Amino acid sequence: MAEASGQDVQRRQRKVLEVRNLRVHYETPTGDVIAVAGIDFDLYDGETLGLVGESGSGKSTAAYGILKLVQPPGRIVEGNVVLDGDELVTMNDSNFRQLRWTKLALIPQGAMNSLNPTMRVHRQITDAIEAHEGKQDKEELRQRVLDLFRMVGLPQRLYNMFPHELSGGMKQRVCIAMGIALHPTVIIADESTSALDVVVQRVVAQTMLRVKKALGVSMIMIGHDMGLMAQMVDRIAVMYAGKLVEVSPVETIFEDPLHPYSQVLIESIPSLKERKPLKITEGITHDPRNPPPGCIFQLRCPFVMEHCRSEAPPLREVKARHQVACHLYNDDGSLIEGVKVEAAV
Amino acid sequence: MGGLTLNYIIRRVLIFLLTVWVSITIIFMVARLAPGDPISAMVAQASASMGVVENQDAIIEGWKEYFGLNDPIPIQYVKFLGNLLTFDFGPSLIAFPARVSELIARALPWSIGLGLVTLPLIFFIGNLFGALLAWRRTPGPLKAFIPMTMIFTSLPSVLAGLVFIFVFAFRMKLFPIAGPFGRGMQPSFTIEFISSLIHHGILPVASLVIVSFGFWTLGMRGMMVTTEGEDYMTLADAKGLPPFYVLYRYQVRNAILPQVTALAIALRTLGAGQILVEAIFSYRGIGTLIYTSIRNQDYNTIQGTSFVVILFTAVSVLIIDLIYPLIDPRISLEGN
Ligand SMILES: Nc1ncnc2c1ncn2[C@@H]1O[C@H](COP(=O)(O)OP(=O)(O)O)[C@@H](O)[C@H]1O
Ligand code: SF4
Ligand SMILES: [Mg+2]
Repeated sequence: MAEASGQDVQRRQRKVLEVRNLRVHYETPTGDVIAVAGIDFDLYDGETLGLVGESGSGKSTAAYGILKLVQPPGRIVEGNVVLDGDELVTMNDSNFRQLRWTKLALIPQGAMNSLNPTMRVHRQITDAIEAHEGKQDKEELRQRVLDLFRMVGLPQRLYNMFPHELSGGMKQRVCIAMGIALHPTVIIADESTSALDVVVQRVVAQTMLRVKKALGVSMIMIGHDMGLMAQMVDRIAVMYAGKLVEVSPVETIFEDPLHPYSQVLIESIPSLKERKPLKITEGITHDPRNPPPGCIFQLRCPFVMEHCRSEAPPLREVKARHQVACHLYNDDGSLIEGVKVEAAV
Repeated sequence: MGGLTLNYIIRRVLIFLLTVWVSITIIFMVARLAPGDPISAMVAQASASMGVVENQDAIIEGWKEYFGLNDPIPIQYVKFLGNLLTFDFGPSLIAFPARVSELIARALPWSIGLGLVTLPLIFFIGNLFGALLAWRRTPGPLKAFIPMTMIFTSLPSVLAGLVFIFVFAFRMKLFPIAGPFGRGMQPSFTIEFISSLIHHGILPVASLVIVSFGFWTLGMRGMMVTTEGEDYMTLADAKGLPPFYVLYRYQVRNAILPQVTALAIALRTLGAGQILVEAIFSYRGIGTLIYTSIRNQDYNTIQGTSFVVILFTAVSVLIIDLIYPLIDPRISLEGN
C-alpha cells in the first residue's frame, strides 16, 4: 500500500530475514502436532509483511520459531532463519542473546499479561536497554523512555506506574515502546491489536504504523483480520494448517487471490464485499497430528482434484512477486485446463 | 500506586485485634468450663510439692478473691481481659511465688531467638531449593541432589529432634544433648558464650528446619512452573535479558508472592513445632515453659503462655500482612 520512493525501492531489494523450511512440532502423548510444516519466506528491508490465517494455523508458532522462543513441548524440528546474514537456529544461546531485541524484537500477542506485574513500567523498558548497552546514566535513560512514550502516544505520568494501573491499550503501547527501544532490524508483532476493542484497535494499529514508518524497521505483522491487514502491510503471506499457501503484494491479493483459501478469507471481509455466508466450513478439519498426504487444504477445497490428494503443491512464483501453493495454476499463473474457479467465488 | 493504604492498614489491625480478643475469650471460657476447681487443684498441687499445708482454705479463699471468682461472670470476664492485656497472669505454681509474667519474660527471648533463626532459614532454603528445582538452567546434579535433602519433610519435628539427639549428641557426641548453652556459663557477649550458644542451637534449629523446608520447596517449585508459562517470561527471554536476572527479577519475584501469603498460615504450625522441639531440648523458651506448666497443672502459667503464643503469632501474621502490599503492587487496589 505504501508508495515507495526510489530509495525505498532499492532498500526493498535487500532481504533482512530469510526463513527456510522452518518446521515446528509440539510433542503430545498422541503424536506430534505439526504446527509449522516447513515454511519459506523472505522479509525485505523496510517492508511490512502480514502473516494471516485463522486461529490455530500456526502463525504464533512460526513467529516463536523465528524468535527461538518455542516453549516445550514444542521444538524447532528443522529449518533455517537467517537474519542479516546470521543463521539463528544453530546459533548458541549466549550469542543469540546479544542479537535479541537489538536486531529482532517482539510485540507480543498477549499484551495484557506480557508485562511483569511486580515491576514499574519504565524499568521493563530500561532493563532491556541496559542488558544490551550496559549501565547508563539515570537521567539519560529517563529521557529516552519518555521519548519512546511520546512516540507511541503514552502520557509521561505512566512512567512510574505498575502494569495493573494501565488500560489494555496503554499496555499495548508500552509493548510497542519496548519493542522499538533499541531500533531493531526486524519487529514481529503477534496479533498486537486483537485483544483490544475495535476503536482502540484502530488507534494502536495506526500508532504502530506511524512508528514503523518513522523508524524504517522491517516488520512481520501477524493477524487474522484481513481488513485491518489491508491497511497496514505491504505484502501478505497466507497460512493454513502450518503451511504458507499464498504470498503476494497486498493490492494483488485483494484483486486477484489465487489460492482457494485466500479467496475465502478475502470474501469474508465485510467492508470489501458484501458479507456472504462462507462456502467452506470454518476451522481446520484435519487432525494436526496427522495431516492428509497431498495438499493441506484438500478437505475443504471446492476444486479438489485427484492428484491434490497425493501430491503436495509447492509454494511457487506464478506471477510477478506472487507465489501460490495450488495445483490449479500453471507456472505462468494461468488456470490449468478444465477448471472454472469463478464458480466458487 | 501500590503499597499500603490507610484503609488496608486499618482493616489488618482490626483483624489482629479481633484474633487476640477471640483467643482471650476462648482461654477464659476453657478455664471456667474445665471440670473441677482449678484453684483448689492448684493449691493442692502447691502444697504437695512444697509441703505447705496450713491455712489451705484461707489461701483458696484469698486466690478466689484475687481472681475475682466470687464475682458474677461478666465482671470476671472484664477483669480477666484487663489482667491479660496488662500481662498480669498471677503467680506461678511451679516457681511460687514468682509471677508468671517474670517466667515468660525470662523464656521469651530464647523462643524469639530460636524462631528468628529457624523461620528465615526454612523460608530461604525452601524457596531457594524450589526455585532451583524448577529453573531450566540448574545443573543436573544439583537438581538430583535437592530432592534427597527432603526425605525428612512432614516428619514431626519432635521425631527429627529425637533422632538427631540420639545420633549426633548421644552416639557421635558432636553436639550437646540439651540446654541453650553450656552448664555454668553466664550469658554474655563473649566468643566463648556465643559459640556455645550456636553449638547448642544447631540440633534444635536443624530438627525444625529439616522437617519443614520441603513444603516450601514443593510450593515454590509449583509456583515457578506456573510462572514459567506466563507471557511476561517469554517477553523477558525475547528481550535478551541475562538468564539469572530473568530468574530472580521476573520469575522468583512473582512466584514468591503466594509463598509469603502461605507464611502467615504456616506460622501456626511452625510455632507448635517449636514448642515441642524446645521441650525435648530443654531449651528454656516458652515451649519448655508450656511443657512443664502442663505437666504440673500450673493453670496460671498455662494461661499466660498460651496468651503470649497467640499474641506472637497474631503479631507475626500482622507484620506479614503489612509487608505484603509492599511486595505485591496489586494488592491494595484489589482490597479497595
Ligand atoms: N503447547 C502446545 N501443545 C500442543 N499443541 C500446541 C501448543 N501450542 C500450540 N499448539 C498447536 O499448534 C497449532 C498452531 O498454534 P498457534 O501457533 O498458536 O496458531 P495461531 O497463532 O495461528 O492461532 C495449533 O494446532 C495449536 O493447537
Ligand atoms: S491444490 Fe488442489 S486441493 Fe489444494 S487448494 Fe489447490 S485445488 Fe484445492
Ligand atoms: Mg496466535
